[in-house]
Amino acid sequence: MTMKMQDYAVKKAKEVVYTPIGERRLFSDPDADLAREYFQHKSRRKVDKTTTVAEAVTRLVSDGAYMGVGGFGTNRIPTAVLHEIVRRRKKNLGLSGHTATHDFQILVAGKCIDRCDVAYIIGLEARGLSKRARLAVEQGEIEITEWTNAALAWRYKAAAMGISFIPARCMLGTDTAKYSAAVEMECPFTEKKYLALPALFPDLAMIHVHRADVYGNCQIDGIMVSDFDLARASKRLIITTERLVPEEVIRREPQRTVIPYYLVDAVIEVPYGAYPGNMAYEYYSDEEHLQEWLQADQSPETLDQFLQRNIYGVKDFGGYLEINGGMDRMARLRRQETLLEK
Amino acid sequence: MEYNRMELMICLASRFLEDEKLVVVGTGAPCAAAMLAQSLYAPNLMIMFEAGGIGPLLPSMPISVGDSRTFYRALAASSMPEVMETCQRGMVDYTFLGGAQIDMYGNINSTMIGQNYDRPKVRFPGSGGANDLASFCWRVMMITVQDARRFTNNIDFVTSPGYLTGKGAREAAGLPPGSGPYKVITDLCVLGFDAQSKRMQVESIHPGISREHIIENTGFELLWSAELLASDPPTAAELKTLRDKVDPYRYIIGRS
Repeated sequence: MTMKMQDYAVKKAKEVVYTPIGERRLFSDPDADLAREYFQHKSRRKVDKTTTVAEAVTRLVSDGAYMGVGGFGTNRIPTAVLHEIVRRRKKNLGLSGHTATHDFQILVAGKCIDRCDVAYIIGLEARGLSKRARLAVEQGEIEITEWTNAALAWRYKAAAMGISFIPARCMLGTDTAKYSAAVEMECPFTEKKYLALPALFPDLAMIHVHRADVYGNCQIDGIMVSDFDLARASKRLIITTERLVPEEVIRREPQRTVIPYYLVDAVIEVPYGAYPGNMAYEYYSDEEHLQEWLQADQSPETLDQFLQRNIYGVKDFGGYLEINGGMDRMARLRRQETLLEK
Repeated sequence: MEYNRMELMICLASRFLEDEKLVVVGTGAPCAAAMLAQSLYAPNLMIMFEAGGIGPLLPSMPISVGDSRTFYRALAASSMPEVMETCQRGMVDYTFLGGAQIDMYGNINSTMIGQNYDRPKVRFPGSGGANDLASFCWRVMMITVQDARRFTNNIDFVTSPGYLTGKGAREAAGLPPGSGPYKVITDLCVLGFDAQSKRMQVESIHPGISREHIIENTGFELLWSAELLASDPPTAAELKTLRDKVDPYRYIIGRS
């Protein structure tokens, strides 16, 4: 079937109509030329980028930076980097809250963030809400601007494309748009209403992957969530990986590479690096430990004790795994992931 | 046969899902309804999750819409942009939403309670993917318990669009024409939307529930369908499949 095309040719010059419907603050600059200036000078050297989490966080996470976190809340999250940010008491960070569940909970517990682009925060999906995270927003500790999951995914996409905005058809007509920083505009071809979403170029992103080589070529198994675009949108990128593999492993199946080395600033091998979250094909989420977090969030005293035990009181992420059951626990989560155990 | 209100809502919701259609679901009751529909009524109903899972053979209830169960033995493990773009392109027929408040036009609040945005009385997670799905999917459904606080026209924040202010309002706002709220399945009745006014109207009343009870538990004036029906209770086959196959550990149906 062939449909007759409507006559879309622009016949005469017309005043372009923009309506700034979003009243809230835009936390990052969407200017693609500013980003190009940064990317022009980003190193393309294919060198060994392996390091420690502590070194990477010290070098690449400065107070006040705006961050994007890979994965999906409790799935394939870069927990080791998040803990190190808390342990080093980083301050005034901005966050892209694209289904930010346990990641948001960790950063709020450490009082690390002061602004957030919100699609989803506070809740841990079916597990319930974090009381501490809820209070932080209700009491105004964190400045917020509303978006949606697709809006944040597409804001990354625009940045990854190297353009300063992207049109979309969500949020229109709602308070979600009113409390965003979006602009309504007219399509130059169809004259239909669209929402213009500003590109989001985070200062840095952190992504946990299944395998990477020392240069930062990365492969992810299972769903990508929004990490393909996040890796490209971000000015700096910290990679933690379940396994460090020889370059030859990457070259054997190049179609599986989702992040090429020139996007990456640091590579750290962190086995069980998404714990207590789920890492597809590796280990399931530790539901008991996530419930412990939610319980600890109930009062400042219990949370202080919990953070002292699990983050401030241990040297690194390995120490955290050790006090939460170590290899026995990890083996059990592996059996749950592969359905050998309920 | 005995059943609880969660089982009733899931069984009724499953009957609205047609075969050979696409549905995006979250965790909980919507996922159970889609799995039940697949088992009994719509074997080729395609289940998708917003984080990227497409067509899994779900081994159990996922606890997150991005956990590995959502793409267990799936047809595709894709991405958030892939699923959301499929919705925006007009290929997704159904979705289910949840929320703290809903008004007579099916607008939903999952963001906050209170009058001051900067100091909300209660803050909830926000849209997540709900606003996107409510904007793009052809037929939007909700499974919820019904009470006068939840069903109110004094909705504090419109997170996700229903029919906004009535007929034509979605289109005027720029939302894709022809999409919008379809059914609201509660523990008291099944509601649809009047074609002219786009207001919520009662289509069928559950066994043992009176009209007065529904009115008492609704904060706005309801319309009543001219062909008002009695809801068919869950069948033995539905309950057996739901209990033995869909949710054997009673994660969802045990919550009633």
